[in-house]
Amino acid sequence: MTTADRRYHHPVSFTWWARKPSYLLFVLRELSSVFVAWFVVYLLLLVAAVSSGNESYQGFLEWSSHPLMIALNVIAFAFVLLHAVTWFGLAPKAIVLRLGSWRVPPNLILAAHYGAWLVISVAVAWVILR
Amino acid sequence: MTTKRSPEPFAWLLFSSGGMAAAMLIPVLLLLFGIVFPLGWLSAPSHDRLAAVLTHPVTLLVLFGLCVLALFHWAHRFRYTLYDGLQLRKAAPVIAVLCYGGAAVGSVIAAFVLIRAL
Repeated sequence: MTTADRRYHHPVSFTWWARKPSYLLFVLRELSSVFVAWFVVYLLLLVAAVSSGNESYQGFLEWSSHPLMIALNVIAFAFVLLHAVTWFGLAPKAIVLRLGSWRVPPNLILAAHYGAWLVISVAVAWVILR
Repeated sequence: MTTKRSPEPFAWLLFSSGGMAAAMLIPVLLLLFGIVFPLGWLSAPSHDRLAAVLTHPVTLLVLFGLCVLALFHWAHRFRYTLYDGLQLRKAAPVIAVLCYGGAAVGSVIAAFVLIRAL
């Protein structure tokens, strides 16, 4: 059984996120998850098209080069980049790594994430393009 | 005495693994298949070539992991976006069920699509 929450809640306006650039960036970062989900849909459509044969794969390529699809994916790419940059930016704050009594410096943790990102991206591109 | 365990740490674990997988893998894949190939900057791989990459068990496993984790990452983050961004705290239980339920259904669909590719 639940009872009504009777604590005081300071009223927050519906447009609180428009008040400061840092609030707006926060909301955009949170919205990036919608484009992460869109990518999963797009990827599964690609996989389904490839496994249905060459004809449906060519159909997918044609559909994906429609100007509206390209526009959507350019926006999605910008949001996914925002996600990656803000995610790696948080990593040194979230990860405290100690080797013996030595604490790995936050900048090194940040650099390691960008390094891994570069290596993985190049490896994925190589597998697809070779 | 029974202790009530919150599922929150488990949801957060999925959220953070999904955030990492998405950050590492999605930009390059979306750049290639969403922008570079459609604009013709590079020619898209042939069907035979892409089918060979996709039917490799390692590729399917990586893509399945990426899909599941990315979907639960979305569910967790979008849930809080709706709570805070749109001030929908009263609808919290419904939103949680819709978000995680959506991610679970999406994961099952991903499994079907990827197994069919094998």
